[in-house]
Amino acid sequence: MSITVKDVEHVANLARLELSEAEKDRLAGQLSTILEYADKLNELDTNGIEPTSHVLPIYNVMREDEVRPSLSAEKALLNAPEEEDGHFRVPAVME
Amino acid sequence: MSLFDMRLSDIHNRLHHKDLSVSELVDASLKQIGETDGKIGAFLTMDEAGAKKQAGELDAWTGERGLLFGLPAGIKDNIVTEGLRTTCASQFLANYNPIYDAGVVTKLKSAQSVTVGKLNMDEFAMGGSNENSSFHPVRNPWDTSRVPGGSSGGSAASVAAGQVYFSLGSDTGGSIRQPAAYCGVVGLKPTYGLVSRYGLVAFASSLDQIGPITKNVEDAAYVLQAIAGHDERDSTSANVDIPDYASSLTGDVKGLRIAVPKEYFGEGVDTQVKERVLEALKVYESMGAVWEEVSLPHTEYAVAAYYLLASSEASSNLARFDGVRYGVRSENPANLLDLYRRSRSDGFGAEVKRRIMLGTYALSSGYYDAYYKKAQQVRTLVKRDFDQVFERFDIILAPTAPTTAFKLGEQADDPLTMYMNDICTIPASLAGIPAISIPCGLAEGLPVGLQIMGKPFDEATVLRAAHAYEGNTEHHKLRPAL
Repeated sequence: MSITVKDVEHVANLARLELSEAEKDRLAGQLSTILEYADKLNELDTNGIEPTSHVLPIYNVMREDEVRPSLSAEKALLNAPEEEDGHFRVPAVME
Repeated sequence: MSLFDMRLSDIHNRLHHKDLSVSELVDASLKQIGETDGKIGAFLTMDEAGAKKQAGELDAWTGERGLLFGLPAGIKDNIVTEGLRTTCASQFLANYNPIYDAGVVTKLKSAQSVTVGKLNMDEFAMGGSNENSSFHPVRNPWDTSRVPGGSSGGSAASVAAGQVYFSLGSDTGGSIRQPAAYCGVVGLKPTYGLVSRYGLVAFASSLDQIGPITKNVEDAAYVLQAIAGHDERDSTSANVDIPDYASSLTGDVKGLRIAVPKEYFGEGVDTQVKERVLEALKVYESMGAVWEEVSLPHTEYAVAAYYLLASSEASSNLARFDGVRYGVRSENPANLLDLYRRSRSDGFGAEVKRRIMLGTYALSSGYYDAYYKKAQQVRTLVKRDFDQVFERFDIILAPTAPTTAFKLGEQADDPLTMYMNDICTIPASLAGIPAISIPCGLAEGLPVGLQIMGKPFDEATVLRAAHAYEGNTEHHKLRPAL
């Protein structure tokens, strides 16, 4: 699987990363090498094999829907880069 | 002899008879860190004042003593500690002060160990050399021109250098076991779900597991005892009975059935590493264990499956680092999208970006079935290999890593070669089974790790086998000359 700089740009956009031209070039090469190696998996016939998402026999974990103490707004904001009036502050979402 | 070479029971006896105080233990730890960490670089954040204060409190303590009472410990920096900076060795979190304690940290507090600081690692636990720390690399105490392994490189190096009595690491594809092997110490990755991951900064959620790094197997059993157990705050935490691990250390392995998978002794595995592991097998034989060569046929596919799965999960988990609620935020963003992009690009290092890119690609429209789902199916095959072997055997014995510690910079520009270092540890991670690395001698002056894998939730047998070997050998007593 050969990854082009254009592929890298598309994936970087999905991943919310901004890459320099040098990073794009390097990643196109490195991702191609890794994905070529990953193509090794195609040697195996996996038709009808159940995928494993995790190994435990635990599925949905439920609890009673009762109110419990939770994080205070004050604590939640302690690491905020910017805050205002008890909220996280971000640039305008609507132009 | 360093205080930290004493057995836990001897330390506790001396504390009990007031021949030793917790303050002395903590001072010894701080002194050793002060004298050696300039060379090693194991610590990212120290809590000297907090450790001394806690030592004073424990010296005045008259109640019942916790299992790890007074023992100085270091904690990998992806495990959150309330009020103590936790960075994941990433510039993104360079100033992050957690507002709560991880489940294991709460457990250590009730076991009354003393946390002296936070340990260096590969950024967000991605790497096998500790060169991906965005602060500074860790160096191997056995040879400071070499890597300590990773990602829990600081955790392994600090124990090897006698800086702490024990440490906690985390293991996703070998990140406890491989550095333990490179640094000549004991590292245990428990069964997936045995130890709560509440407060472990997530890398690959279907694989991540916290475990102890210690100087001997007995200590690993005690630390595991202290941190294992169900936690409703981690929905993947298993609700199982926790046995008394120390009581399983009988020294008896007569009749123990050992499987030796031929795939772990193939091309790429260093000759001397193989020799050390085969010598270990002879030791088991002499103790009355029986062994047989077996095949785990899907081993060669495990690395490819792992890097697709772990990177995919990482790309999703690391989406939370957006510059809004914590971590770095870039200056003067044009809009919200620009804020996300630039904060992430400024905050993440090269390996983290590479894995996010790989994972995003594998999960993206049109490629999901070919890569992510395919890797999940191969994971099933890898797990079945183990299930079949464990129908007939009690443990599986193999090298922990194909080589000993390599030099800093040697593999830094070649991600795929770096990923292949994990070939011996990844299969157990995919299968979710417990695995320990213990020292089994040296190759050209560098430690070699013996890996013992066991059945799910059968840490007791893994520890028993490891402990019996240790009791018949002297390898775990070797210390680096610092």
